[in-house]
Amino acid sequence: MGYPHPIHPKETPLLSQHFGELDARSYEGWTRRGGYQALRQAVGMTPEAIVDEVKASGLRGRGGAGFPTGMKWGFMPKDDGKPHYLCCNADESEPGTFKDREIMRWTPHALIEGCAIACLGIRAETCYIFVRGEYTEPGRILERAIAEAYAAGALGDNVFGSGKRIEMVVHWGAGAYICGEETALMNAIEGKRGNPRIKPPFPAVSGLFGMPTTINNVETLAAVPPIITRGGAWYAGLTLGSPKSTGTKLISVCGHVQRPGTYEITLGLPMRELIFECCGGMREGRTLKAVIPGGSSVPIMNAAEVEECVTDYEGIAAKGSLLGSGGMIVMDDSTDMVLQICRLARFYAHESCAQCTNCREGTAWTTRILERILRGEGKRADLDLLLDLAENMTGKTICVLSDSCAAPVVSGIAKFRDEFEAYLSGARAPLAVGA
Amino acid sequence: MADAQVTLTVDGMDVTVPRGTMLIDAARQAGVVVPHYCYHPGLPSPAVCRMCLVQVEKMPKLVPACVTAAADGQVVHVHSPEAKQARKGVLEFLLINHPLDCPICDQAGECELQDFVFQEGQAGTRYGDYPKRFNPVEDFGPDILYVPNRCILCTRCVRFMEDVAEAPVLNVSERGDRAYIGIDPDHRLDHPWSGNVVDLCPVGSLVSKDFLHKARAWDLDKTASVCPGCTQGCNVTIEARDEVVVRLRPRTNPEVNRWFMCDAGRADYRWMNRGDRCEAPLAIGDGRPVAHDWDDALTTFASLVGESDGPAVVLFGRRASSETIGWMLRLLDGRRTTAAIQVPEGPEAPLAAVPNLALRRERSPNLHGARLLGADADWDAAIAALGGAALALVVDADLSDAEAAAMSGAARVVHLATVADPRLTTAALVLPVTTMAEEQGVYVNRDGRAQRYLPARTPPGMARPGWWVAASAWQRLGADRTVPATASEALGALPAFAGLDHDALGWHGRVLATAAAGGTR
Amino acid sequence: MSHDTAPAGPVFTPARKAELEALAAKYPTRQALLLPALWMAQREHGWVRPEAIDEIAAELDLTPAYVRGVVTFYTMYHTHPVGRHFIQVCTTSPCGMCGAGDVVAALLEHTGCGELGATSPDGRFTVIETECLGACGFVTPMLIDDDFLESVTPDTVPELLARYP
Repeated sequence: MGYPHPIHPKETPLLSQHFGELDARSYEGWTRRGGYQALRQAVGMTPEAIVDEVKASGLRGRGGAGFPTGMKWGFMPKDDGKPHYLCCNADESEPGTFKDREIMRWTPHALIEGCAIACLGIRAETCYIFVRGEYTEPGRILERAIAEAYAAGALGDNVFGSGKRIEMVVHWGAGAYICGEETALMNAIEGKRGNPRIKPPFPAVSGLFGMPTTINNVETLAAVPPIITRGGAWYAGLTLGSPKSTGTKLISVCGHVQRPGTYEITLGLPMRELIFECCGGMREGRTLKAVIPGGSSVPIMNAAEVEECVTDYEGIAAKGSLLGSGGMIVMDDSTDMVLQICRLARFYAHESCAQCTNCREGTAWTTRILERILRGEGKRADLDLLLDLAENMTGKTICVLSDSCAAPVVSGIAKFRDEFEAYLSGARAPLAVGA
Repeated sequence: MADAQVTLTVDGMDVTVPRGTMLIDAARQAGVVVPHYCYHPGLPSPAVCRMCLVQVEKMPKLVPACVTAAADGQVVHVHSPEAKQARKGVLEFLLINHPLDCPICDQAGECELQDFVFQEGQAGTRYGDYPKRFNPVEDFGPDILYVPNRCILCTRCVRFMEDVAEAPVLNVSERGDRAYIGIDPDHRLDHPWSGNVVDLCPVGSLVSKDFLHKARAWDLDKTASVCPGCTQGCNVTIEARDEVVVRLRPRTNPEVNRWFMCDAGRADYRWMNRGDRCEAPLAIGDGRPVAHDWDDALTTFASLVGESDGPAVVLFGRRASSETIGWMLRLLDGRRTTAAIQVPEGPEAPLAAVPNLALRRERSPNLHGARLLGADADWDAAIAALGGAALALVVDADLSDAEAAAMSGAARVVHLATVADPRLTTAALVLPVTTMAEEQGVYVNRDGRAQRYLPARTPPGMARPGWWVAASAWQRLGADRTVPATASEALGALPAFAGLDHDALGWHGRVLATAAAGGTR
Repeated sequence: MSHDTAPAGPVFTPARKAELEALAAKYPTRQALLLPALWMAQREHGWVRPEAIDEIAAELDLTPAYVRGVVTFYTMYHTHPVGRHFIQVCTTSPCGMCGAGDVVAALLEHTGCGELGATSPDGRFTVIETECLGACGFVTPMLIDDDFLESVTPDTVPELLARYP
């Protein structure tokens, strides 16, 4: 459902069907809604069978990278004798993204069940759910649900009497966007600074505590139970667009729409239907100017690009952006693009872990230039300088935070250059920003 | 069947390296230096500075050479336009908050930031008049200052303390461009090996208080030497400005000290600059010292030795060279001699993560050389033997008052001195000798490794190496005897070192077959 | 979350020590308890005191410098005392473009803090801006202590603050 709004006909409520139902949070309430059938089924399946089902589904990582989930699970060793770990990435901090939160606070058992099945698939006995420190409400609901699951025998050392063991632990973050990066997340669990690690080694080889590890997003894991009960082929058939973009995606739409919220659509739905029908379109008297479709780290799309765009991995990529996390920020004609891009740059400068020179210095410098442009003190050469810095910040670092800072800058200058020029020429009144 | 070696091309040159070698090392073997900051062969590689990004054909992005393994058939470009552009970008980023205070920075002239900016950076900054990040200088401890404004956050210091010293007392604090190197406010950086962070720092961010503003890097004369502090035998470079030693730094030796030396060794150089040196041979006649030239002095010395009848005692100071010890004993050949070397003791301080590397309890660089040569008597027994000795030779030893008083028990005393000792009232001759900083010589460390050292400064006055003094007297006491022309010859003439000369020892020394059995303790 | 300037007791009271050890059973290393332990310290004293850092370091066999490096990385740990109630307002672009700035202004006015990061003269509130809180569809979201609040507008600010004496 487009929580907090009623389900729209263009939505496909699979994960979101029970958003808003307080009763769905409890073990008993979730079981009544068909929950834990999948886990009961999965404890009787081989790990390979579970992985094959997920591979067949075409499910791709829903946190942002879009990597095929079954393939990722398949990277885990089979016979190494080492403890394996599953990490659930509940660090949701990508600006514009607020969908994992809904899964955690309305259907926590869906997540728990998905994590448990994933553990069985990758031969892990321990799952750490890394919850960002700010998610006090969803995290606590999740903790209570986990306790219920233990009490009911869905977790613990004898899951549903199968003799299999699954331990689930909530590990609280403490304020760092970068911990959403899978290797930084592992470092945060290990009690270190949340610095991303260099790869190789890859987590499936040497991850959490040096052991084979799989990290998946909340939404990805929550999609696993229906895949098990209804089959991967069924999920693979759920598409309105590319056959490589299967299933449903929670799109959290925010910004200048009538009805911001979390909407669940079958991948391939035209973007304008999502924005103008599900979300009720623009506010009174306003027109669409720009959309950031997948969280602030993806290139900005202008209205023309949105017009013909299909909401799936391939469709958005064809328009020069990315589906990413599905955090859709909609901007109307009242938006000061330069101001918003500057605020995004400031976000990245705050969140840079400080390891890589290009990111540490580049995000801050980019912010300062943009602030100066907004203050009316920008120079002609600043736009070329911003683009040059963006290039020095792309493809050169351990993780993609600096690339993420560059994306709105590059796409912003390319598609809204006139707004930057207006500040440079003095045609637009300066703002009091920055130091 | 996987080959143990791989062959790749770096900047057009083919090179074959063992599988598992990182590109940065493979490139170096091909003669190509990949510019870098955070990488250091003695530390784990975090690949954070991003300077070492190189272009590898068929790889979609530039890769960090310090953590990318060489593979068969790789074609690597270190100096392609793309790689150079990336490095230029990193250098520009590093400079935006840098104070550019080279005129007052100790690192100038030996600064890797200067070096690579000159080599590949751009002439001007595009940062303009934005404010630079400012943090005040911090006193980290006994010898180390931290200048945050110059710090490039390479984290070598943090990694050294955490991974090599296994004492994680430095950290990276804060995040983003607010980050700096932090230390627990209640803690001082006084770990026995912490001085190495100053060497490791590529810029002038961690600086030594002792060296602060003392000399410019380009004014320094650098000499290969061996630390005279203990039996470990770390290889060092003695750095002097206008004949005054201002600094000791470690010299790389993979077999002994790798890239490191301890703080005790670092600090122990001031004695090399003492001004109150004995500068001329002195004969004490009628209670008054009279200066002589070497010829007369040696003749007197030889006769003192030749005419004395009975047991002899030789007391060697802690830093005596193998050549000096060997020739002093040869001079006394044929008599009952008690020879001891002074070995002060102090607490042992290992460098945790490096096997067989520590500040050793025995604070003499040549204890094992002395034993090899027969100067292995117990020090206190040697002092006791003074009473009744016909001849006592003191070779630059640091005597206590009681020990100095005991000298009068010997019938004849000759003092080979760097600094005269007025307490030795019965010394018939005082002969000026060089310190190890003023001569060539060899020390044998606790693993039986013979290592050579070179003179870093000119000896004062008429001071000469102890072995030359002994050999010259020895020459006068027999027929067909010649004084060795060089320290190297002097070494080779000693049975314990037969067949060796200084060249054979190279610059990393050589473990002696005879001494190897001595082993480590 | 309470804040008082009286001399503080240890973080690891018998109850908290038991809690820590129960948690320890779920991790293969002691170091993994660091973030949870820091949360315990902040819950106990209202902020992470230097003494707490030393205590945690000793308890987990780490150095104080190491712990300090971790504490300063994560922005939710306070390394100095803050008001009795700590308010974090999201102002990142999705909220920023929907009026978060006005909410910040209203908060600064009605708390008496005057500026971001400052504690109000009566010690009751500290207000800071924070990055995306993950509630972009419910502007303006904020945290007051551990309470996550959504859809705050300048008009609802006074009534909201009244709930936090």
